[in-house]
Amino acid sequence: MGFFSFLKNGLKGDRGQVAERSKADRGILIFENTSEVIRAENGLKAAGWPVRVMGPPPEIQRGCDLVIEFPLIERLEIMRLLEAAGVPPLEMVPVTGPLLAPVDLFQTVDYGDWLMVRAANMKICVEKATRTIVNISGGGCPDVPYLAQEMVGKSLAEAPRPRDIGHTLCGYALELAHEEICRQCSAS
Amino acid sequence: MLCVVGTVPDAGFPLVTGPVQMQNGRLIIGGRAVAIHRGTPALVGAVLAAATVLPLPPVEAWLVGDIGRGEGSRRLYAHLEAELACHPWTVVVFHYLQPDVDWHNRVLFAVEKIHPRPVLIADAGFMYAAKMSGQAQEYDLFTPDVGELAFLADEEAPHPFYTRGFILHQEAKVPELIQRAYQHANAARWLLVKGRTDYLAAAGGIHATVDAPASAAMEAMGGTGDTLTGLAAALTAAGKPVERAAVMAARVNRLAGRLASPDPATQIEAIVRRIPAALKRVLDTTES
Repeated sequence: MGFFSFLKNGLKGDRGQVAERSKADRGILIFENTSEVIRAENGLKAAGWPVRVMGPPPEIQRGCDLVIEFPLIERLEIMRLLEAAGVPPLEMVPVTGPLLAPVDLFQTVDYGDWLMVRAANMKICVEKATRTIVNISGGGCPDVPYLAQEMVGKSLAEAPRPRDIGHTLCGYALELAHEEICRQCSAS
Repeated sequence: MLCVVGTVPDAGFPLVTGPVQMQNGRLIIGGRAVAIHRGTPALVGAVLAAATVLPLPPVEAWLVGDIGRGEGSRRLYAHLEAELACHPWTVVVFHYLQPDVDWHNRVLFAVEKIHPRPVLIADAGFMYAAKMSGQAQEYDLFTPDVGELAFLADEEAPHPFYTRGFILHQEAKVPELIQRAYQHANAARWLLVKGRTDYLAAAGGIHATVDAPASAAMEAMGGTGDTLTGLAAALTAAGKPVERAAVMAARVNRLAGRLASPDPATQIEAIVRRIPAALKRVLDTTES
């Protein structure tokens, strides 16, 4: 069942609302020039990603006159692929809110022997004395339990980075929390 | 029948559906053993721990391996679309799945074919997709933490990662965020917001709060939200109204935490082990 049969079957919402909502999990890749757009599209399609080239929304003031629509949740995986292909985008933004920016505020909780940092919906907690990652919590994408499985019990220095083994926006949020807790631990 | 739908963090884990049991602290399903460290296995672990005390109907888990690439989730979504309506579920819990609006809508359409309609509970990635799709009101219970509540309250945000700064979660703003989530139709019929204080709310406002016993370390622990959702599901499947089940779940989860004497390094299995004792105590208190 695609979008139009969904409309036909009448779940809640009028056509405009449903059309808008159906794009809520999509993002836009913005590039410097059309040549990069074509290279990125070829690379993403070859890797099996459901992407499409389109014109940029009016809010976008940077880049060329073509953008690529992609599955927003899988931002980290797609970013890694484009960097490996030598065509990192200028920006990756939500289709439904091109001016929305990633959360850049961190919250820190000091538990005495442990320190916890939260970025967006992700939290990472380390034991101060050993800098061992003792817990990872929050998030809702399936790479969160995987990242926790791979990182908990290891030191900040030896644990794999979320940016290297994560795949989703939750993984990216954990990467930011990880960077911040590394910064705080190295400053202390 | 209670069905828990979600993922396990193992790319090689196949799509498995059927009855699930706990043996020696591990889930056993389809001849496979799954650790309950966090995520959907922790939720199922809480349900099965509750089942040692509560008269629960049969419990099934529909699980697939997914480490964030979404391939497993999409296999499970397709299976849900084809098979979910073939069973007489009374409660269905949707949990860690790659958020995908189109697949979410297909699954919700399949749910419409189940009569009588089961109680629908969503948390984690599937709750994100439910909000993004604009169909949040089709659900009976969401169990967000305060950060996820801010995402529900932000009508623009497609994911908690993009929640706008002026909405960003703050414990003191929970009532305001709840109101905003309902104002934009981005909340389920009931919200159980987990935090330093747990809130049960509906469109009319806050119905109950639970703030004791308090264990500050639980915020740092992975899986405490999963056990809370599992307890709410188990109590609902045992026949309690959703709102009553949610408040009892909050009390049981907190008490299980207290019994485990956690510090920020404690792992969720320690709390799952205390659920039967905590549940007995809460049941004795509320039903005596």
